[in-house]
Amino acid sequence: MAEAHTNPVESRKIDRSQMTVSDEIAIEITNMNKWYGTFHVLRDINLTVNRGERIVICGPSGSGKSTLIRCINALEEHQKGQITVDGTLLSSDLKNIDRIRSEVGMVFQHFNLFPHLTILENCTLAPIWVRKVPKREAEETAMYFLEKVKIPEQANKYPGQLSGGQQQRVAIARSLCMRPRIMLFDEPTSALDPEMIKEVLDTMIALAEEGMTMLCVTHEMGFARQVANRVIFMDQGQIVEQNEPEPFFTNPQNDRTKLFLSQILGH
Amino acid sequence: MSEAHAHSVAYVRDTMLPQAAPPPGETGPLRWMRENLFSSIPNAALTLLSIYFIYTILAAILPWMLGGIWDAGSLTECRAIRDERGLETAACWAVINERWLQLLFGFYPIDSPLLARLFYADELAAAGGMEAVFGAGSNATARIEFVAQMRADLGNLVVFFFGYWRPLLALALLVVAVAPVLYSSLPRKMLVFSLAYPFVAVFLLWGGTIWGPMLVALGILLSLGVLRVVAGETNALLGMLAGILVALMIFLNPLAFTDLGLFPLLPHVKAMLDSALPLGLPAIDSADFGGFMLAIIIGTSGIVLSLPLGILLALGRQSSMPLIKWVCVSFIEVIRGVPLIVWLFTASLLLNYFLPPGTDFDLLLRVIIMVTLFASAYIAEVVRGGLAALPKGQYEAADSLGLDYWKSMRLIVLPQALKISIPGIVNTFIGLFKDTTLVVFIGLRDPLGLVNAIRATGEWNGIYWELYVFVGLMFFIFCFFMSRYSMYLERKLATDRR
Repeated sequence: MAEAHTNPVESRKIDRSQMTVSDEIAIEITNMNKWYGTFHVLRDINLTVNRGERIVICGPSGSGKSTLIRCINALEEHQKGQITVDGTLLSSDLKNIDRIRSEVGMVFQHFNLFPHLTILENCTLAPIWVRKVPKREAEETAMYFLEKVKIPEQANKYPGQLSGGQQQRVAIARSLCMRPRIMLFDEPTSALDPEMIKEVLDTMIALAEEGMTMLCVTHEMGFARQVANRVIFMDQGQIVEQNEPEPFFTNPQNDRTKLFLSQILGH
Repeated sequence: MSEAHAHSVAYVRDTMLPQAAPPPGETGPLRWMRENLFSSIPNAALTLLSIYFIYTILAAILPWMLGGIWDAGSLTECRAIRDERGLETAACWAVINERWLQLLFGFYPIDSPLLARLFYADELAAAGGMEAVFGAGSNATARIEFVAQMRADLGNLVVFFFGYWRPLLALALLVVAVAPVLYSSLPRKMLVFSLAYPFVAVFLLWGGTIWGPMLVALGILLSLGVLRVVAGETNALLGMLAGILVALMIFLNPLAFTDLGLFPLLPHVKAMLDSALPLGLPAIDSADFGGFMLAIIIGTSGIVLSLPLGILLALGRQSSMPLIKWVCVSFIEVIRGVPLIVWLFTASLLLNYFLPPGTDFDLLLRVIIMVTLFASAYIAEVVRGGLAALPKGQYEAADSLGLDYWKSMRLIVLPQALKISIPGIVNTFIGLFKDTTLVVFIGLRDPLGLVNAIRATGEWNGIYWELYVFVGLMFFIFCFFMSRYSMYLERKLATDRR
């Protein structure tokens, strides 16, 4: 099944001219720990993300991948350690949290579009109310990004009238309208039918080609192989292995990684 | 695909069939009846039984209603006319015909000078002119006789339109004020009038000097202005404090212990303006309010005030701050756990013990506050249901875009939660509107109180069906409108379905 998903990605020539990793640090996580009650979900996470990196995080369910990226924009609170995003230390200060959130875009598994607003309103809401962009300008920006995700003609429809793939592309455009410097993807294709996965992955590839810093929790190994510059494997709340995609897939070191890869690729 | 199929696949149509009419008996009312009323023997039996049932009820009610007597001065006359016509039963609608003004307005005084000037000028002149009849030194008994004669001569309709112009105008303006809130297709600028309406209504209904409501409105604007300016210059907390301080200086005395006589500012300014430019309408006491006017005043104020309060309580109940949550939960549980009638008695009797001595706190105002608090506890629970029904992803999406708490509530969460809660909210409002009849027990003259008053008179002693039917019908009209409106709103807001 995973192989089937990778075909559309591989069929496309990827333009790597702007995919450059700079020395500037975008996210720095040091000794981060998180508990749900007494359950230790994230254990001693250390991760530095440079600007321009495209990181794919994979691992079995319950391994803490989603929790990890949700900690980065404070949807989940971590109890120990430090997270610095774009030079801002994530603390309980609401102003810091709101600043980080407006710099970090997030795409969810279930899209989470606002069903009572049109596609255009979904995209202009945050720029208007958070960034204080004039309405007309926000609408122009929104149309620009809707064209980028190839659905400008749906601008005046409601989310309920769109297919899953279209909704997810709108969700990506909605995040982009805030002009984020970092994008987080939390299993963006897991709730989609196979034929819709391609359109969303295409959008994500296009984003990567423009040099966006991306952290993707996904099981799309074809995407990881083609686009990522680093693949992280997590298990039981820890980072077990990380490497460039080629050695990661062809020569995994850890036994857990080997088992996971054989399960997800070997059929 | 099987072999047999493969042979029959090739087929090309060369002529298109024209559209044909359905066979007879397959369309129209006959088919509908066969499908819906007589589809099976039990179904047919039930249909016949229902028809018989409806017939029996209508046969009992319709002759009574339609054969009703409209012209009579008392119940005895009514009965005499009925016997004269040889009817078995007949409604005595004459009581409504005679007393409908009272059922609508209670003992709210009519504008007699206006009526006399417009329609009764000759008689007024004969009685000695405006000053002699209505002036300060006029004879009260003579005036009452004059007004009674005038009312009898002019008839109920003229008195309705011109004698009660103040409540009627207030009602008409209420429609204008409420319309832009209910229907978003109307221009948004009309909302300015909606905000000003409460002050206009208070002035029209209670009368007195125009400076009172105007200064209250100005005081509120001033406090909010100070709040905004200070909050903009420093921070939200200081702004709030400054706003509250200004409001206190205007409306209450923040330095009660000093007895300077300077605060609150409002009465001083009001007295000054009133002596400089006395503008206003004759003042009318709350005790004279009654009838449907009273029900509408209490009902609308309760509805308008309880919705925002209920929403705040619902949000408070979900708050992560324990103190706020605890206060909201106890408020909701206590208010909801005690019958409304107990709260009304509290408002009318007990509250006086707790207020500082000498406080003159209008009974009607106290009732409105109690009804509002009571309804807001219910609204809070209804809205909480809507909040809980919203997927967690909506909160997360709003958070991830950097919207702060109030913006995400206002733009994302509440529009959806309130939409889900519409049936429950309107249900609460309908209940609140009907519950206004409970104020009869604390001595306010709501429609039911007036029914009792009318039945206590010599002429109409012993009548009851007609009055209660009328009151019931009036309440039904209002409640039916609310119910229809909620259905319209649900249809209009149903954007998440295809």
